[in-house]
Amino acid sequence: MTTSDAAVRVGVSTPEPESPRLGHSDWPQETVVREIRPAPDRYRNVLGKYKVDRLAACQSCGRCVQACQYGVHGKPAGYAFTLRPLDYLCIGPDCAETPASCVAQCPQHALTVRPNGSAQCMGDPRWSSDLILATWHQAATGHAAPPHLESRTGASGGGFDSLRFKFEVPGFEAPTPLPAGAEIDTGLDLNHRGDTRPRIHIDIPVYGGGMSFGSVSIHTILGKARAAAAWNTFTCTGEGGFHDRLKPYDDHVITQVATGLFGVREDTIQRVRIVEFKYAQGAKPGLGGHLLGDKNTPAVARMREAVAGNALFSPFPFHSVYSVEDHKKHVDWIKETNRRCLVSVKVSTPTDVDMVAVGSYYAGAHIIHLDGSYGGTGAAPDIAKKNIAMPIEYAVPKVHKFLAAEGIRDKVTLIASGGIRTAFDVLKAIALGADGVVVGTVELVALGCVRCSCCESGRGCPRGIASTDPELMMQMSLEWATQRIINLFGAWREQMVDVLGRLGMTSIRELRGRSDLLCYVDDDPVSGEVSQ
Amino acid sequence: MPDRYHIHTAAAPARFHRIGKFANVDWREDCSRCSNCVKLRCLYDVYRREAAYNRDPLAPVSTLDECKACLSCVQGCTKGLLNISLNPEFLSTGDEYWRPDILLTTWNQADAGRIPVSGAGYRGRFHGPGFDSIWTDMSEIVRPTRDGIHGREYISTSVDIGPKPLRLKFAPGGAMLTPPLRLLEIQLPAILDMPAWPAQGARLAAARIAAAKDLHTLAVVRSGDAVQALPKQLPSVVPLLSGEDIANSQDILEGVKMAQLRDGPDVAALADKLRSINGRLTISVRLPLSPVSAARILELNRAGLKVFHLCANLHGRERLADGRPGRHIKDSLREVHGRLVAEGLRDEITLIVSGGIAMAEHMAKAIICGADLVGVDTALLVALGCRVCRDAHPRGADGEARCGVAELCPAETDSTDSAYATQRMVNLMGAWHSQLIEVLGAMGIREVRRLRGEVGRAIFMEDIEKEAFGDLCRVPGSRVSA
Repeated sequence: MTTSDAAVRVGVSTPEPESPRLGHSDWPQETVVREIRPAPDRYRNVLGKYKVDRLAACQSCGRCVQACQYGVHGKPAGYAFTLRPLDYLCIGPDCAETPASCVAQCPQHALTVRPNGSAQCMGDPRWSSDLILATWHQAATGHAAPPHLESRTGASGGGFDSLRFKFEVPGFEAPTPLPAGAEIDTGLDLNHRGDTRPRIHIDIPVYGGGMSFGSVSIHTILGKARAAAAWNTFTCTGEGGFHDRLKPYDDHVITQVATGLFGVREDTIQRVRIVEFKYAQGAKPGLGGHLLGDKNTPAVARMREAVAGNALFSPFPFHSVYSVEDHKKHVDWIKETNRRCLVSVKVSTPTDVDMVAVGSYYAGAHIIHLDGSYGGTGAAPDIAKKNIAMPIEYAVPKVHKFLAAEGIRDKVTLIASGGIRTAFDVLKAIALGADGVVVGTVELVALGCVRCSCCESGRGCPRGIASTDPELMMQMSLEWATQRIINLFGAWREQMVDVLGRLGMTSIRELRGRSDLLCYVDDDPVSGEVSQ
Repeated sequence: MPDRYHIHTAAAPARFHRIGKFANVDWREDCSRCSNCVKLRCLYDVYRREAAYNRDPLAPVSTLDECKACLSCVQGCTKGLLNISLNPEFLSTGDEYWRPDILLTTWNQADAGRIPVSGAGYRGRFHGPGFDSIWTDMSEIVRPTRDGIHGREYISTSVDIGPKPLRLKFAPGGAMLTPPLRLLEIQLPAILDMPAWPAQGARLAAARIAAAKDLHTLAVVRSGDAVQALPKQLPSVVPLLSGEDIANSQDILEGVKMAQLRDGPDVAALADKLRSINGRLTISVRLPLSPVSAARILELNRAGLKVFHLCANLHGRERLADGRPGRHIKDSLREVHGRLVAEGLRDEITLIVSGGIAMAEHMAKAIICGADLVGVDTALLVALGCRVCRDAHPRGADGEARCGVAELCPAETDSTDSAYATQRMVNLMGAWHSQLIEVLGAMGIREVRRLRGEVGRAIFMEDIEKEAFGDLCRVPGSRVSA
């Protein structure tokens, strides 16, 4: 090529013959069946909210087996003794205090029901013990949790926990519901720019957040990816690179380009349908990713092209981006590398998050992904998790209103993340103005996370979810992990459809920005506490 | 290039067993001896360490306080006979402000000076009173430097104590009328203050002085305790003086850079007396944080006093005249700061605020609300193992709770070795310093001086609630639970 040829070519938009690989996987894609199947807890003793104690005075008469309609007690034919109670099925005092209960019926007074102290050790105000147990139930069965578990809100006393749909509160006029059996669509298009790129439809308004190989095990990553494939939605690589075993799910994987650029190559950008820039992460806004040395095992180091055993700090921010013009160059770079992909921009929630969102839209982003400050992480300084940037509940209405005022709300997909724990959180986020949400922690809870927050150091997660330690990660099989997440999304969809039906809406897209359907629960003046 | 400011932290393990959040309950009866014991597989070796203690009296005391409640043992035991529960002793530690989790994280930070890092997202309540209703800002892309706080970037945490007049005044002949500036620069926006109650023995004061010297900051001590300071430590000492002891403290006053006077009717006269002893002395006035603080500061400013140490109570609230707690530092200080700005005096006056500064974030947030720097008091005692349990102690003849003495204090702060106490204090402030840098780095601010009063770089709960949820219909909680 002569010099003059080269000069002519610069900036000229004559399309080169498109490589068939751009925006397409070169790998045979695996399909995963979207099927709800039981996936019981993987531990021997399933935790329940209540504990049923049976004293030695028990005569194994079997009266309790007849009394209990929840299947707590069992005495199979031919057994001399009753089995150990399956107390995770017990619904507690609502039943135990009635005369028909096992406690009342036991001739020996050998049975007692009490709150389970071990279960109370799990969780925290944001993720209450009830929420964790309810999520486990949903992941095990694929259906909503029973009413004795509070499965809609946590106990944090603010944000989503202070919001209710009006129909949940007595005294408001109920909307006209849809007739039973009406078809309700929970799907979402991710590209609203009206450009030449595909619209990309997902079947639920939820996709999986980025978790890197290293921060979590390969079984966790693949479980998320397979569940995403089953639900025709997405999962994200996180910043630890693109694992070879993810290739069969390319069509449901988002390649994340984060400040560390670990594992980012032309190939990993070209093989997927969405590429995500991670400018910041909600849990540690303004700080880079953080993988402590213990968790940088040889396999992880190989993928990140780093030295095993060294702590890996990603820089903050992108060293190539110091202005919105730089940002546009960044987006253009991805768009040029992959001519068919959508570009998502993941940002945290500073005071000027609305301006950031508008800037990102004008830079060419298809998806603005806001990550609120109470979101999950594999490791972050405690001071950052609590104090830096605003929670997502504040950011969504702020950005939604600003985009609407700019007249570009319908040109961009607004995704919220950082503290979406329940199906109701999804619905509330959408009613506040998001198009859809990204979840992370809840998928891990579905896999058995108790939120002990020991993910960061040593061998990692004691429950084998957020660990690449070969012994620990083998506590969980891939098939089980896949099914748990498929079930969780199934249960969520069931609840979303139920709510939309009550609201008389045939599509989740009608709910966007309908904050008039919500009400805010004020602290009770008497107790000073929010009622739960 | 001058040496960078660096805090030398070193391991100084706790002297007393710390209270863990979880207690393990284990019924040994009914064990099936299946030999698949989950206790052996505890990732944190909790049970093994406990067993060592049971068998060998010389093994270190290690109870189950290290349990992380991963519940692997509870869920894995063949017979399901293991349980854990929340430790009631942990839950009853501290008080409603100095919550047990604050105590625990302070103990951990004092151990080795590391920043608390953990996995999973934020766990606490959505918002709370006082500092818990402020979030600090961050900057998405625009940062002044390229290297990140873990690289070559230097974020300055030094602050100046003393007036910084906006302009100099000159006589018609050209002679400068403004008195020469005497700014006292310290490297940390925190001075080590006396605890909120008279618990400290001479050893603790000595430790505070030594720590202040290591940290290139200042330690406020009673004038009686200042005597023990070595000559080279004197520049780090701030003696707290009242009228009568000024005459006795002549030697000290010649060596120190700053002195503190309790507010009173004759404080201006006493300040003159101090200046006559040491003309280079920075004089600060210690006064309770109250609704009249701003007015009193303006009054004292007219009398030539420029540095003020506002003392909130143990819980960061104003001390009202009748002894009741008033507004939180966050509200009170913003008012004082705003008043000084309105009067055009803000840069002439230095505000130090203390009381209720319990965590690193409080330091940053108090500065955002308008303080130039903070005073750390109770947290330094907590670093030594204090559990803020003084209210449960018997009171002495002076009506004050007896604290620190061996038979009452679980941390025995009175008998703590000074060098050890110094290291624990240095470690804690080292961890706080690193966390302050994290917060500044996230905001893209390169020096803490610029953080003062930067309310635009913070998110206040009252404002953002109104913006986000102001248009929503509000219902009382009782209606929801009905």
